Amino acid sequence: MKVELDINRERHTVDVEPRLSLLDCLRDKLLLTGAHAGCEHGVCGACTVLVDGAAVRSCLMFAVQADGVAITTIEGLSPGPGELSPLQDAFCETHGMQCGYCTPAMILAAHALLSKNTSPTREEIVDAISGNICRCTGYAQIVEAIALAAERIRGQNDPVRP
Amino acid sequence: MTVSGKFRFISSDRRVREDRRFVVGKGNFAADIVPQGVKHVALVTCPHPAARIVSIDKTAALAMPGVRYVLEGAELAGATNVLATGLDTPNVPRYPLALNVARYAGEWVAAVVADSRALAEDAAEAVVIEYEPLPFVLDADEAYAGGTLVHEAHASNVLLDRTFTWGEVEKDFSASPHKLKHRVKWGRSSTVPIETFGVTASWDPWREILDIWASIQMPKYPDQTAMALKIPMSSVRVHYDVDVGGSYGVKRGIKHTVLVGYLSRRLGVPVRLIEDRLENMRGGDMHGPERNFDVEVAFDDQGIIRSMKMRALDNVGAYAGRSPFQLGKPVGAIVGPYKIKSVQYQAIAVVTNKTVQEAVRAFGQSPTNYAIERTIDEVAIRLGLDRIEIRRRNMIRHEEFPYLIPSGSTYDSGDYHTVIDKVLAQAGYGDLIAERDRLRAAGTLAGIGIAACLEPSGGNSSFEPLLNPKVGTTTWMDSCRISIDLVGSITATMHTTSAGQGHETLVGTVVGEVLEVDPDKVRVVRADSLNSLPSNSPVGSRMAIMLGGAAFHAAKALKDKLTAIAAHDLGVPAERIAYKDGNAFDTAAPDRKRTWAELVTIAHRHIHKLPAGMEPGLSVSHIMPVPMGGGLPTADGRVQMYPCYSFEFHLMLVAIDPDLGKPEIKRYVIGHDCGTVINPKIVRGMTMGGIAHGIGAALYEEFAYNDDGLLVAQNFMDYLLPSAHEVPPVEIVHHETPSPLTVFGQKGSGESGYLGAPAAIASAVNDAVRPLGIVVNSLPIKVARLGDMIAAARDKLR
Repeated sequence: MKVELDINRERHTVDVEPRLSLLDCLRDKLLLTGAHAGCEHGVCGACTVLVDGAAVRSCLMFAVQADGVAITTIEGLSPGPGELSPLQDAFCETHGMQCGYCTPAMILAAHALLSKNTSPTREEIVDAISGNICRCTGYAQIVEAIALAAERIRGQNDPVRP
Repeated sequence: MTVSGKFRFISSDRRVREDRRFVVGKGNFAADIVPQGVKHVALVTCPHPAARIVSIDKTAALAMPGVRYVLEGAELAGATNVLATGLDTPNVPRYPLALNVARYAGEWVAAVVADSRALAEDAAEAVVIEYEPLPFVLDADEAYAGGTLVHEAHASNVLLDRTFTWGEVEKDFSASPHKLKHRVKWGRSSTVPIETFGVTASWDPWREILDIWASIQMPKYPDQTAMALKIPMSSVRVHYDVDVGGSYGVKRGIKHTVLVGYLSRRLGVPVRLIEDRLENMRGGDMHGPERNFDVEVAFDDQGIIRSMKMRALDNVGAYAGRSPFQLGKPVGAIVGPYKIKSVQYQAIAVVTNKTVQEAVRAFGQSPTNYAIERTIDEVAIRLGLDRIEIRRRNMIRHEEFPYLIPSGSTYDSGDYHTVIDKVLAQAGYGDLIAERDRLRAAGTLAGIGIAACLEPSGGNSSFEPLLNPKVGTTTWMDSCRISIDLVGSITATMHTTSAGQGHETLVGTVVGEVLEVDPDKVRVVRADSLNSLPSNSPVGSRMAIMLGGAAFHAAKALKDKLTAIAAHDLGVPAERIAYKDGNAFDTAAPDRKRTWAELVTIAHRHIHKLPAGMEPGLSVSHIMPVPMGGGLPTADGRVQMYPCYSFEFHLMLVAIDPDLGKPEIKRYVIGHDCGTVINPKIVRGMTMGGIAHGIGAALYEEFAYNDDGLLVAQNFMDYLLPSAHEVPPVEIVHHETPSPLTVFGQKGSGESGYLGAPAAIASAVNDAVRPLGIVVNSLPIKVARLGDMIAAARDKLR
């Protein structure tokens, strides 16, 4: 069946089986391979995308359920070719990853947090990423990346000193 | 060779170049690679822990839409060679699909190939297999005793049973006034990367090349694939530019690869198998050690441990694989950081009807460290000594290095006492004890955890001839090729995959350091296996030493060549030429120089200006053997294992809710010494990740089986991975004792944190519950079990 998807502010008409997960649809039909399969039962969070700005597991959602919502994948965060968003740059600054497999989902979960709260406490950051498992880092440099991005985003709105 | 003086790029807090592609979702993972026309595999697995395969009916499956093939074990075994194993156990053959008998629940029995993974899964359910269940054995002690045999033809469940005696063990025992004996257990867990194993194979019958893209971290992968498939190794092309989504040892999908390689050749199309989580956890053959230790030590009134007897019984699962060697690697640090004069070590590997083991981070060393550290704690308790003081008394002192241990390895360097001092200062040890006592007074169970241990690094293979005299492979190489092209840019080539260790950054940093150029300007690429130099993949905490070393030597050779070209062109002796920032000048007349561009032009275009006999162009390869490697074991089993020894000292405070039995880490300080740090961000990340993994192994993760022989923890709801909530902030105290054996003084750090965290947590929990008369001697310490133990102990005390 046909489904109309709004992904990264572009409309796509995709022919899908009703049983196709949003994750498989993104990866196999639209070649947006930044979303990753980890457990495919909703625990590890590697498949996280943003649905109307909220972090959602795309392995637990059917593609047909995504009709009419705004989906953001990791491919939608970079401002342009070769460029990084402040959050992506902060992950590079602190080395908030190793193998990179959970990273796109981790960044999207953090993005959802920072779009609501640019002054998160450590506990709020930990809560926001607690549904995303990372096996490489022990999370310390991820938490630091998010705190650093928050600081920089806050700084963007500071008045420039003469 | 040690480079003295300050480094320019080494040890500086530079970004990791790999990160840029990962933060935008542009990693190149195995599942992202989809050749035109690729077909998909799903697996039919055995539902019994042991069963004879009576019949396989493929009719219904083959009739389903999109289904191309159903492969069973007999066809595959008839067409391929048995998978390689490390030990000499010909009657324990292993094939990708079970042949006649399946030996664990989840073992692959048939493979379905279809146009999509979903169709393959549908059809896998339609394959009808009749089984005759057989008796099974799960427990290592029972398996060792005999009775039910996992492999009848082997006539025993024992794959390995060797006892080594190094030094005067009996004499030291009888001369010692105190002995202590106990059993400690390490439960079955693994590294469980978030990316499962995936592989795509594509056979081109006209070129006669099998292209392979896999999430692999494995030495000898192309050659084992070729041998199993009965094709020349020159017909196997493994693409090393695939990003591996975590591994920490286990991503060794040789059986997966032989399966899809065979299917691609059989069907004439590309075939891929991307495990789902269930296939990965029960049938991917990537479980870790499950080990019972019986440890006995002999010591004096001062707590000086003179001798140790260790019996390690490992349950390796249903087939040999490579896992029994995980009992061999710890021989290289069998006494830990301590001066134990003599050791008896019995290493036993038994097969059972459980999933097969694979190499796990530190290759068996973390369980052994845990057994040693639990024992040291108990000796301290027995004598009423402080647990840190007893470690200090037994530890090798800084001035005693290089230090030869009884089992034949020489530790290169260390400064253990200083690291401990630094950790105690950071933690405020007195305050930490006061805080523990305050928590206790308030009714909480609280304990201080202590662990000291080594990370052998540099990764050679001395354990192979040690445990299997038919194998003569003593050591492994690693390599780097560096070229300066005719417009002067630098490209370095590495020859293996990576799973997050930052090897491209490592190579760029080293080449930049030696050639005195911006590391970010050094392109780093990966060869495929048909145009690669020897590498044995990132195992054994070796790449900083080995790939870093190879890159250093290749870059150094290029620098020497540039210097020689300048000397010849300027007409002065080479000794008079100084190299700086890519240019070469005459030290006697600094205005006379040749710039980088001029030197490159001579080497590539004006080759009439080259010294006589010099090879034109600027391309150098270096193949590096492991320092100190290459020796065979002596008759009594003494051998130099890995060359370099990193040290870590863990100190933590744990509080346990007495009603729930839930431990909470209140403070965690680790002292870490891996010699010269090449990239601080990478080393810190490795250490933190290792600690998180160690917390999982100590408290949460276990591949538990039920009495019916079925794996009950086979998804992430039952097999619990630490989330950001479970990993506390950790303070890392850094110390640098350079290795005299490596180019910059670096040692390994890929296993750091994991080597001591489980021991430290066990130490803390035991300190907390000791007032209740409880000893916890098996990992993982699950909340439910600890809660029950505490409740029973409190009832008894009432």
